[in-house]
Amino acid sequence: MSVMVRRRIVSRIAETLCAGAVLLALVPLALILFYVLRQGIGALNIAFFTEMPKPVGEPGGGMANAIVGTLILIGIAALFAVPIGCVCGIHLAEYPDTKFSSVVRFAADVMNGVPSIVVGIFAYGIVVLPVKRFSAIAGGIALGLLMLPIVVRTTEELLRLVPAGLREGALALGATRGRAVFTVIVPAALPGILTGILVAIARVAGETAPLLFTSFNNRFWSTNLGQPIASLTVQVFSYAISPYEDWHRQAWAGAFLLVAIILTLSILARLSVRGLEKMNRP
Amino acid sequence: MTRRSSDDRFFRLATGAVAALVLLIVIGIGFELTRQSTMSIRKFGFSFWTGTTWDPVSGDFGARPFIWGTLYSSVLALLLAAPVALGIAIYISELSPRMLRQPLAYLTELLAAIPSIVYGLWGVFVLVPIIRKLELATPDFLKKIPLFKGPPLGVGMLAAAVILAIMVVPFTSSVAREILKNVPSAQREAAYALGATRWEAIKVAVGYGKSGIIGAIMLGFGRALGETMAVTMVIGNNPQVSASLYAPQYTMSAVIANEFTEAADELYLHALIEIGLLLFIITIGVNMISRLLIWSMKARANRKAISMPMLADEAVPA
Amino acid sequence: MTKIHVRDFDFFYGASKVLHGISMDMPDKQVTALIGPSGCGKSTFLRSINRMNDIIPDARHDGLIEIDGKNVYGGGTDAVELRRRVGMVFQKSNPFPKSIFDNVAYGLKIGGMRNRRQLNEIVEKSLTRAALWDEVKDRLQTSAFALSGGQQQRLCIARALAVDPEILLMDEPASALDPIATAKIEELIYELKDNFTIVIVTHNMQQAARVSDRTAFFMLGKLVEYSETKTIFMNPKQKMTEDYVTGRFG
Repeated sequence: MSVMVRRRIVSRIAETLCAGAVLLALVPLALILFYVLRQGIGALNIAFFTEMPKPVGEPGGGMANAIVGTLILIGIAALFAVPIGCVCGIHLAEYPDTKFSSVVRFAADVMNGVPSIVVGIFAYGIVVLPVKRFSAIAGGIALGLLMLPIVVRTTEELLRLVPAGLREGALALGATRGRAVFTVIVPAALPGILTGILVAIARVAGETAPLLFTSFNNRFWSTNLGQPIASLTVQVFSYAISPYEDWHRQAWAGAFLLVAIILTLSILARLSVRGLEKMNRP
Repeated sequence: MTRRSSDDRFFRLATGAVAALVLLIVIGIGFELTRQSTMSIRKFGFSFWTGTTWDPVSGDFGARPFIWGTLYSSVLALLLAAPVALGIAIYISELSPRMLRQPLAYLTELLAAIPSIVYGLWGVFVLVPIIRKLELATPDFLKKIPLFKGPPLGVGMLAAAVILAIMVVPFTSSVAREILKNVPSAQREAAYALGATRWEAIKVAVGYGKSGIIGAIMLGFGRALGETMAVTMVIGNNPQVSASLYAPQYTMSAVIANEFTEAADELYLHALIEIGLLLFIITIGVNMISRLLIWSMKARANRKAISMPMLADEAVPA
Repeated sequence: MTKIHVRDFDFFYGASKVLHGISMDMPDKQVTALIGPSGCGKSTFLRSINRMNDIIPDARHDGLIEIDGKNVYGGGTDAVELRRRVGMVFQKSNPFPKSIFDNVAYGLKIGGMRNRRQLNEIVEKSLTRAALWDEVKDRLQTSAFALSGGQQQRLCIARALAVDPEILLMDEPASALDPIATAKIEELIYELKDNFTIVIVTHNMQQAARVSDRTAFFMLGKLVEYSETKTIFMNPKQKMTEDYVTGRFG
């Protein structure tokens, strides 16, 4: 067999293996989505959205409190992480090459890789321990800390998509640096920044581990920020490891809702990035 | 001399102060974790890392089974996931028809967004029964090897490694794809021009991005190390150091998730937080190395493209 | 009367020196053209006049630039203030992603003007001066991106004029435009010089000859020759200038 033929065959085999890898990875993932869809849709009903959890062992009931709880937790997280993250991202985009920016960028990237459960312990230490009580605030801060690096980096990257000419145009008209940023550059990148926020929310909406000992869980209706609060993820977890059939059913419903929320947010984010790219190509 | 207007300095300082918060938080996490685990650090010292007893009742804590479980499950997951993730990255960036490229890239990113708890749920109800069947069907001669010793419970190291692998594949392949995108196309063209086959050209591109790809795989490893919920739900939560894939074991993150709210006395809590501290140190280390690898690769790829902004006076020929 | 006075001006990017001891006086209410081959430093010099180079890290300068006898880089001069008096038009038109009206009104609004009637008036006047009013008066609220390339560039000129600067710096304002749009811009420059001191960087020697009163020839970061435009093109003193304007290199 000539060398050329052998090389061609090796190339073919390797290419096929790569395509095989795609299939191999997609199979379990498709299976997971299929299961969540099948089990979840079957288990979803009006009661799931409107009713409170039933006492142990009783069938029926829903996760109304956990749905609201998750929304509250995300709200607190965004309130805390979005302003800080955006301003930080603006700084990195405006002064990209300073030593300080490199260090902050590196810190944000590293922070993005810190396990969420570790961030949860940190939130526990600074919010729960001092007052000796689990609370929605503590959970929200834990999620906010997880959002922060994502908001920082996406804001930075999207601001950098804004053509440099716009900044110069504003400065040449006598705008101050801050003015130029807030009246021209940020508005131009706004859809992108909103996208970054969506992505960050999608990432933390599914977090469970850091909530276990910050917002804890609550079987009752609560919107009190100083009290433990239920969340979809923690509720799904506690139902999944329970011995009751009906709770398993509800866990699937909860998982389905989570996946639906997160995929919707991700798709929205993708669409708006596309819009941004179009807009900046006049 | 350099002069900037005072306004610019204010803007820079004000936004810089906020940016410094990010830095402070990272340092603050390390500080707080250390502060909250002093009791355990003082009492056990280095033996905390090597001790195998985990007895909250008598107040004797050693973290070795958890460290073992975390490292073992993550390494196994990496062995399963890395080739697949690399294959996907290569397929999407180098081989797939143009039409499929975007959708596939997008799909892998979407899959990386599915929450851990959902993987865990699927693991408990679908994967674990499958693995149990596999374990029951293990031929006797295999059972003599330590790797396959143990009761066929379904839950255990194998289930944890498989679910971790499934979870880190989309993430790792996204990062690796990004790296391959940054390899200058001149590299591939040069290979083709020398008569390389497609695969040989790909090997050139992968070779060029080697440090970045190793970084991507390590980033996936970091993810696996810190992954909590899915692993907690399928690993069996039994603190023991065992090479067996079938044995139920425990990880650092799982013990924190399970026992944190039950830690009644302070020493117990401090021991758990010290495990968190170890996990923090390990993941920070892994992340730092992988980010540096990725950055160095990207910097190399972009070096030629970077020129002083506006130094080139004009681009339009006369 | 001298409007812009430059003495021994050097400019550095990091370690590399890109302008060497530039000295020249630009008269008031006249058009001064800066010509020279790519990379000769003419754009860098232009951007030094309104301190646009301040935003580049590692850039520094030496020497003196004065406008009306006041040091541009002196302690009493604020770059932001300065740029309101020295307008600039860029090579690539850079309208903001806002409406036509908001683009022109931008400089006024950040200057604190809120009076709607006043704004309307100045926007109309600026667009008229930029010879764009008739083309856009019915669609002031549409996006600036809907305009053609030449219109976008005139919009950017109108935007610069709206804050009523004394000096207008133009960095190859027509290089990205077709001949018809270019002719319009040149016509405009001719009209504007009654009220403004204009400094224009251009590649196109015919353009420099057509629109400018005085011309400066730059080469490798040095000012080779600076004189009446007629002299530069008809009777240059330096061999290098002659070679360049007759097209022997560049």
